[in-house]
Amino acid sequence: MHTALLLADVPPQTLPARSMMAFTLASHIILVPLGVALPLITLIMHGYGLRRSDPTALLLARRWSAVMAVQFAIGVVTGTVLSFEFGLLWPGMMGRWGDVFGIGFGVEAWAFFLEAVLIAIYLYGWRRLPSRTHFLLGLPLPFAALLGAFGILAANSWMNTPRGFTLDSAGNPVDVKIWKAIFTPMFGPQYWHFVVAMFVTAGYVVAGVYAVGRLRGRRDRYHRLGFTIPFTLAAVLTPVQFVLGDSIARQVFHKQPVKFAAMEIVWTTDTHQPEYLFGRLHPNGTISGGIKIPQLDSILAGFHADTKVTGLTSVPASDRPTATQATIAHWAFDTMVGIGSLLVLLALWYAAMWLLRRRMPASPWFFRCAAVAGVASVVAVECGWITTEVGRQPWIVYQNMRVAEAVTATRSTSLWIMFGLVVVVYVFVFGSFLAVLLKMRTRWRLADETGGPRTPEETPETDTPYGPRSAGSRP
Amino acid sequence: MIAGVVAVVLLLAIAAYACAGGTDYGAGFWDLTAGGAERGKRPRWLIDHAMAPVWEVNNVWLIFVLVIMWTGFPVFFQQVFTTMWLPLVLAAVGIVLRGAGFALRKPTRRLAGRRLYGAVFAVSSLLTPFFLGAAVGGVASGRVTATTQASTDAWANPTSLLFGLLAIAATALLGAVFLAADARRFAVPDLDGYFRRRALGALAVVAALAVITLAVTHGDAPHVWHGLTHGVGLVFVIVAALGTLATAWLLTRPSAAWSRVTAVGVVASAVIAWGMAQRPYLVPTSLTVAEGAGAHTTLRWLAFVTLVAVVLIVPAVVFLYWLDTHGELEGLTDADLRRGAVDDRE
Repeated sequence: MHTALLLADVPPQTLPARSMMAFTLASHIILVPLGVALPLITLIMHGYGLRRSDPTALLLARRWSAVMAVQFAIGVVTGTVLSFEFGLLWPGMMGRWGDVFGIGFGVEAWAFFLEAVLIAIYLYGWRRLPSRTHFLLGLPLPFAALLGAFGILAANSWMNTPRGFTLDSAGNPVDVKIWKAIFTPMFGPQYWHFVVAMFVTAGYVVAGVYAVGRLRGRRDRYHRLGFTIPFTLAAVLTPVQFVLGDSIARQVFHKQPVKFAAMEIVWTTDTHQPEYLFGRLHPNGTISGGIKIPQLDSILAGFHADTKVTGLTSVPASDRPTATQATIAHWAFDTMVGIGSLLVLLALWYAAMWLLRRRMPASPWFFRCAAVAGVASVVAVECGWITTEVGRQPWIVYQNMRVAEAVTATRSTSLWIMFGLVVVVYVFVFGSFLAVLLKMRTRWRLADETGGPRTPEETPETDTPYGPRSAGSRP
Repeated sequence: MIAGVVAVVLLLAIAAYACAGGTDYGAGFWDLTAGGAERGKRPRWLIDHAMAPVWEVNNVWLIFVLVIMWTGFPVFFQQVFTTMWLPLVLAAVGIVLRGAGFALRKPTRRLAGRRLYGAVFAVSSLLTPFFLGAAVGGVASGRVTATTQASTDAWANPTSLLFGLLAIAATALLGAVFLAADARRFAVPDLDGYFRRRALGALAVVAALAVITLAVTHGDAPHVWHGLTHGVGLVFVIVAALGTLATAWLLTRPSAAWSRVTAVGVVASAVIAWGMAQRPYLVPTSLTVAEGAGAHTTLRWLAFVTLVAVVLIVPAVVFLYWLDTHGELEGLTDADLRRGAVDDRE
């Protein structure tokens, strides 16, 4: 009866709007690690190649920047869609809070602009700019990417722990303090956790490609180098990420106790809380399935079994995630932590081999794990995002605005139609993106296998059809 | 005061997007009208080569416009996106298809694939500016209000329709002028003439549509009409008209130098004329700049962030466009992505 009343309060637009936002963000997030971290990985390879005059490293760097070109362009469009969706789906949030937390987006927009300029110079500068100038012009790229992430994370952490304003009698924010609105309590933990996640993920994804090549018997220097540099970067950062992840979970425990309760499916506030690995929370507070470890949740949250952990029932049912939402957040959280722990083991394996035997692991099982690590870390990124967003429900701005208040008044039928359209378009776009990447790979592999000097079999499109700019006629 | 400054920044960002993004959409327009695979081969080559290096930068302007809108004028943003829901959805879908079509066409080799991505790219290059223009028309004619829900009247009205068409014509003009300049840079005289003829045609259409739009706003958007025929608005209308004449004259000259500058001048002054004509309103006669403005602190910071960014980014953008127009930027070809490519090119 009570839940029925609650559901009636939620406008019918909420479900399609939420589904669409979730779908488009989940798709965009796949591109983000490469967008933030691929420039750095490519520049490391590029710098290595220049320093050692290593043609293989330079070839890898050039090929990676060809991938970057396609990936960045797709990221620009999926990112633009997200900015439209703020208005198309959540006009209520932007109308009331836009001026409080929007400044982060302002920083992000300009950072992104700078990144687009730099990336254009880098991608199109390979052929004609002097090699040193070209490399130096690429160097600011990773910093622009970090600045962009700063803006986005400032906005998202503000939604989790909103600060920097007071409410007037009508409930509207006044007396905005920008500094406080940017550097909210969750900002620091979220930012570092996110940035490191991007580097780890991009490293494993890129290395995974060459791990697959190695499993198929390609053991040349090209594959070794393509694997080693990104994998080492990711492996070094994995334990760092483990520590950061542990610290952000504790920050959530302190700053957003109800979200923490959802992540750990804690029903009543108490000390000596057990930790559940997976398991399902029912609306009456019982938990089925999962592995129960006594006391552990309290110990993890406060280093002591006596630590009191806030439960979901500490707030009215209307102010906390539903049992299903809590279960989703909990599963996402556990999956992320599980993947992170396995990646730490993989990184330790790699480190141990280097320390003890001074060489890369040779076992095919290592490369099988490395190949899976790329996909697994993308899954972990998605899970982390699900944890933070679903765990905040029913709030869009924690304790200040509900998702239901922010949603557009457009008829839900229109939203469903738009959602359907967006799904079709995205399947087409991402399917084509994947097809193009696979085709590039096949082309390069064929070119490598035939080897030797280039053959004139290229299709005419690959070369400038006119004028003095053709590569062949260069002085 | 500060709200006015941010409003001017917003207007300038819209003008920048109209010019940079417009050039880009215009290339898509000419891609669409270039004819069959055989006949349109050379113009399409030019289009691909000319726009590739600056594509992302041109389109990032739009993100900036949206961010200033919701940070500086949250209520205005909310109203526009509620009332203009449908055209903005269609514009967003168009942007995705267009970007994807463009990004994916280049690495695709098979003709069928290139055709598909090319068609997607070209058609969405037409729809996106139209719907964005229609949304602006809805704002100019005061159809965006606090109480209105999304309805077709908000954007299917004479002003919106004409703004949409004018947007398409303006992109076609910019696209053709820039492509003609690129053809000269690549020393392909036949394509230079090809795009010059099209630029002149587009210019004539822009002029005709502008006159009709002005006439229509008289009844449909009286506040904007008054603004366009008086004071600062009128000054920019005159600048746009002079720019049109100058562009036409330059396009018939052998060198055609400066035609890009005057064409950009036409479009930018038209956008600024509209913005000035709306003063002091964000939405004529229902929402003033002062009423729609966000918190003062935020506006000051937004202005500050913009200032810092301008100091950082203007040199970078100028450098990029300079490199691009001096032929320093060139995409990697398959030959560069093969082993031994480095040795070939020392």
